Parts: sequence; C-alpha cells; structure tokens
Amino acid sequence: MSDLLLPPELRYAGIIEARKNEDGSELSILNLGPTHPATHGIFQNILLMDGERIIDGEGTVGYIHRAFEKIAENRPFYQITPLTDRMNYCSAPINNMGWWMTMEKALGIEVPKRAQYLRVIVMELARIADHIICNSVLGVDTGALTGFLYVFQYREKIYEIYEEICGARLTTNMGRLGGFERDWSPLAFEKLNTLLEEFPPIWREFENLLTRNRIFMDRTINVGPISAEKAISYGFTGPNLRAAGVDYDVRVMQPYSSYEDFEFEIPVGKSGDTYDRFCVRNEEVWQSLSIIKQALAKLPEGPYHADVPDYYLPPKDEVYHNMEALIYHFKIVMGEVPVPVTEVYHPVEGGNGELGFYLVTDGSRTAYRLHFRRPCFIYYQAFNEMVRGQMLSDAIATLSSLNVIAGELDA
Amino acid sequence: MALENSVILRTLTDQFGSAVSDFQQIHDILTFEVESNSISEVMSFLRDNQTMRFNFLTTLCGMHFPDAAKERQFSVVYHMHNWIDNVRIRIKCYLSAPYPEIETVSNLFLSANWQERETYDFYGIIFKGHPQLKRILNMDEMVSFPMRKEFPMEDGGRTDKDDRFFGRTTDNC
Amino acid sequence: MSESKIITNAPAPEGFSGEGFFATKLSDVVGMARANSLWPLPFATSCCGIEFMATMASHYDVARFGSERMSFSPRQADMLLVMGTIAKKMAPILRQVYEQMAEPRWVISVGACACSGGIFDTYSVLQGIDKIIPVDVYVPGCPPRPEQILDGIMRLQDLVRSESVRRRSSPEYTELLASYNIK
Repeated sequence: MSDLLLPPELRYAGIIEARKNEDGSELSILNLGPTHPATHGIFQNILLMDGERIIDGEGTVGYIHRAFEKIAENRPFYQITPLTDRMNYCSAPINNMGWWMTMEKALGIEVPKRAQYLRVIVMELARIADHIICNSVLGVDTGALTGFLYVFQYREKIYEIYEEICGARLTTNMGRLGGFERDWSPLAFEKLNTLLEEFPPIWREFENLLTRNRIFMDRTINVGPISAEKAISYGFTGPNLRAAGVDYDVRVMQPYSSYEDFEFEIPVGKSGDTYDRFCVRNEEVWQSLSIIKQALAKLPEGPYHADVPDYYLPPKDEVYHNMEALIYHFKIVMGEVPVPVTEVYHPVEGGNGELGFYLVTDGSRTAYRLHFRRPCFIYYQAFNEMVRGQMLSDAIATLSSLNVIAGELDA
Repeated sequence: MALENSVILRTLTDQFGSAVSDFQQIHDILTFEVESNSISEVMSFLRDNQTMRFNFLTTLCGMHFPDAAKERQFSVVYHMHNWIDNVRIRIKCYLSAPYPEIETVSNLFLSANWQERETYDFYGIIFKGHPQLKRILNMDEMVSFPMRKEFPMEDGGRTDKDDRFFGRTTDNC
Repeated sequence: MSESKIITNAPAPEGFSGEGFFATKLSDVVGMARANSLWPLPFATSCCGIEFMATMASHYDVARFGSERMSFSPRQADMLLVMGTIAKKMAPILRQVYEQMAEPRWVISVGACACSGGIFDTYSVLQGIDKIIPVDVYVPGCPPRPEQILDGIMRLQDLVRSESVRRRSSPEYTELLASYNIK
C-alpha cells in the first residue's frame, strides 16, 4: 500500500504523542489533499494542526508527473515545444520562446529584430495572462468571485490574439527555430491594439476592487511572509522573490530577445507576504502593458524568421518546385540536421520566476539530456515554512498567491 | 567586468588544488569539474568567499552516461549564479556506478532539498546527509530509477497501443 | 450581430395532455430534471482545467446548462469532469473520489490525456481513465475548446435524459461496475 494512502495518524503518531498539550488536548492532522478546490492543481499538503493553527506540514507532489525530461530524450527538438507548453500552461508562449532561444543558443542562430520584438510582445501577453489568473484566483480564494469573472473576459481576448498568431488558445506551440512560422496578420495587430485600449480600465477596476479593500487587506497582510535571505536560499525567483524585496529579474540581469531595448521598472515589495505578492503582480501587468506598447511602436520591418534553411522548414510551394527546398524539408523532418555536441543553460523570466532550460546535446536528433529548472517546484518547498504558526485560511491564501501551477511543479 | 573567469580559476585552484579541474568556457558559462567528495567545501567556499559571492543555486540535476568509464557513469550538475557580478558557473561531479553517492548541499542552500530528492528519484544517486531522501515525483513503491538510460519511456504493460504502428520493435524500443 | 434565437424553455417530453394535466413517463420527467441540473465535480489536474475555468467564466458560461454550482464534494456532485492528465500516482485518488459519489453519477473525460493518456505515453501516466472508472462521454482535444467541453456536456445531457430510472439497479450496470472492481 502506498505510503501516501496510509492514514496520516500513522505517520505523525510519534510527534502527536510527544506534543500533547498540558490540558490533554491533542494535535490533529488535516489532509489538504490532492483534490481540493483551493489548490489549483494537484499537490497535497498534510498539515499538523493545533486547532486552527498550523504547526507543521509536509508537502507531497508528483500527482501529475508526466516524465517530461524522459520524453525530451526521445523526441526531436521541434517536438519538444508542445511539452514545454504544458509546463506552465497559463503562460505557454513564454515556455515556448524560452525553448526556442535555448536551441538557438546551442546552434548559434541569430534571430532578426522583428522576430525578437514579436517574441517580446507575445511573452508579455502571456505574462499578463498568467498574472490575471493568479490575482483573480487569489480573489476567489478569499471570497471575491467578481474579479475573476470580469478579468477572465480579457483572458479570452488574449486567447483570440494567440489564435491569430498560431491557431491555438492555451497550449500554443508557437514559433520556430529562428522566429515565427508566419508573420502576424493585420487582424492580430488590430486585436492587440483593441486589447491595449480596453484592458487598462478593467485592470484598474480590478485593482480598485481588491487593493484597498479592508477585508482583502486583513486577509492578506502578514500572511505567509518570507524574508529575503530565506527566499534566496530557497531558490525563489520571480514575483514571489520580488515581493520579498529583492529585485532579481532575468530580463534585466541577462537580457534576451532585445529586452534591453525597452524601458520598464521592476516592482518590488517589502515583507514577502501575500499582499505584497498580489501588488507586485498587479504592477507587473502595468509594466507588461507598457512594454507591449513600446514594442508595437518600435516594431521594425524585416524578416520574421532567421535565414537558416538547415533548421527552418521552407515554404511548402518551394518544396514542390525546388530541389534544395525539398532536400532541406526532408532532412529537417527526418531529423538529419547538423547539431553540435554542446551544453547550454538558458533562463527566461517566466510568469513564476526563472524558467531555465539545461540542454545537453550529443549530435543526434534528440537531446541527450534536457533538464527544466522549474520555478514552482523549487519555491513550493518553502510553503511549510511560510505557513508555520498561521491559521488554515491563511494557508489557503498563501498557496493561492504563490501561483503554484501543477504542470510546472511535477513536469 | 567585475569577476573574470581567470580570477575564478585562480582562486579555486589556489584553494582546492586538484579537486577542481577541467575549466572550460562553454557558450557563456564557465564549466568545471569538482571531485565528488569535496563538493560541499567547494560550494560553501563559492558562497561565502568575498570575491566569489555565488549566492544562488540555480539548479541541480543528475545525468547518466552508460557508455562512460565506471567511475564516471553518473554525474550531478550544479548551476550557480553570482547576482552581484552577474556571473554563472556550472559544476560537474562525476560519480561511479552502480551505487553513486555524494554529499548533500541542502544545508548550504535550502532549495537543494527537493532538487536532490528529484535527482535521487530519477537516477538513484544517494545524497549523504539529506534530511529526507525519498522519492518525490514518482510513486513511493517504485524500485527502478526511471531517468537512467536503460529504463524505457513507455509503460511496458499497456494494452491499448499497438507498438507496430509506432515503429517500435523489440530492437529499437 | 447575427440573428439568434434564444430558447428559454426545454422542450416538453412526449406525453398526453389535457385540461389541467399532462401525463408522461416518470423516467422522462426525472431525466429532464436531472439533465438540466447536472452539478459537476471539476477534477481539474492540468491544462484542460484552465480551459474549464474559461468554460466556467462568463464568456462560455457552463452555468446556463444547469451546472451552476461546482461541487467539490463528491457526495453532492452528479457528474465527474476529469480534466487533465491522470498519473498513476493519482489513480487511486480518482478511484476514491468516484466511489464516494452517490448514484446517479456520470463521468466525462475531458482532454486527450484523460481519454487515452494523450501525448504522454510514459511509465508514469495512466493511459486513459477508463482503465479504472467507467466513462460516459469522452471529449477529445488538447485542450478541447470550451465549445467542445460544452458539447460533451450536452451529449451527456442527452444520455441523462434518455436513461431509464431502473438503470442503476439493473444487472448490466452491476456487471459494468464489477468489471472495474467497484463495489
């Protein structure tokens, strides 16, 4: 019988015996189980409680372990993009672009400016989509369902833009080695401009609903705090770390895809509690909107993909009429592309932090080893420490503000 | 540039001599090899020394080389990042089959806790001194280590998929 | 905007009506009531769960099909919407949730991973939830669009509407459950 299905009493029996209070009251065990309305995704936390207060907890993950790293060793490089989609599925384009950038680093491909700017636009859209989910669901978990319904409409608008670019809503599988598979249609730009006009007032409305709301503030201030030193030691990155006061952002530390051409600020909190995480994500949405506006204003004309016939599928009509195009098409699909023997590590700023791809190639059409540095997996370890001594409902609010996405947790 | 590769190389070889070796610049990250029984000292030196200041453990993963020599069949790869000078390094430690063991670094960096459990889960590498070394992503009852190269990706017992249609035969599967 | 007809009344079942009375089969009335008030248990594990959140939100609005209240307690839910990949570690828990549901209960398997394992043909993923629980409707897609999920719910509504009130105690149903080892 699996250890996990053992009643928790048997696991914690020793601790409970040792910690019976003087008045004879016992500690209890609560299973914040894999299926729970407040855990967005499936991961378990067994909490040791003294009434309503949490003494300790043990997290169990792996309920959606899909063996991505094993699959990546058996698939050619262009088939790994759908896998990366399904890690942080709320902001799939960021994962896709990160993977393509890793491959481009390994192969030494230079991406033209227009494609880089388009990548920035779509990554910032994905970041907005991710923060929409996280903040509105934090509202739902503290009882405010309205915000969720209002801002989810704008997630639908963002999905429409993704559909114009690549055809899919959620798991986008966007881009190619060296750029995009097609140039963005005028309709995509029109929808983008409409979004940039219509979304800011709605986000302002959402902020007004919650940011200075007495109930929300009482539920989230000083809830689940973490100090900056502890956060760095636990490997926090992204909005969770910035809420603790450290302004580490991969887009600034190690700019990729022309982020150095844009001006944006990095919002930073003070105490690392739930309220700070909420406010940091709110402000990041504003910064992302500003980056998208700058990118649209400065968008250069030019090719939307790099000129690398070895890796980029040629247009289909050329394949039917042109010998070289046919040969390239065949080689790419069969996987006989020249791949150097090398190893690269490329981080991007995902919705939750530094999403890193460590790729080791051995010259064949599949990777030898591909390791994903998944921010959710690394910072979820700290959850027990963040909720120690707090109430159960605080644990729910903390969990929700950490934006733990099960696909990224387990991979 | 604040912290040059040559400075890192010199400081490490002065401090640790032959325990660190094989310094290479692969793309933009300095990569070197550390002997597996000195990893804990090297890492705490990298973290605490005032020139090195590698304050962040970015990631930790395992690798399996079934074709290599017996002492180098497994490896653990650490990526560290210095936020003050914006320098990354990659440390590789090679371990021997069939029972790879290495000291834990979870006392230095708390983020290594679950990452080492994941490496144990996938490769069977024992981290000595780890507070709770048990499987994390796979089921607790699993006896084999799935990321090792000899372990197949597909579940052998599945009945609904006909391997002939996927081009898999007993030779290549 | 296109011309759209809004249907506010569900069509009446076949029956015999007269002044002040309407006679029909009990199973039709019960079926109609059940079909228009299916309370789902969203068992959302991965990406399909986010598409379900979009279905639940105001644009696609599953509440107009009767699924107003998402019941996270299996005892109070009618249909189990399994959305996302079920790993082998999760399978006993899915089974426990299914067993806790009260009759009549239906299962919709949303997404390629729940139907058959999807793109994850690996050692750790259950290749389809119908290996452990009986499924009524399969919704393919990766992830399926909200319209597809709603179509799946409508297919289930057809099934529910036409189900006999005696089905749950019939020998065929008992045999079905026995084939899955569900008591």
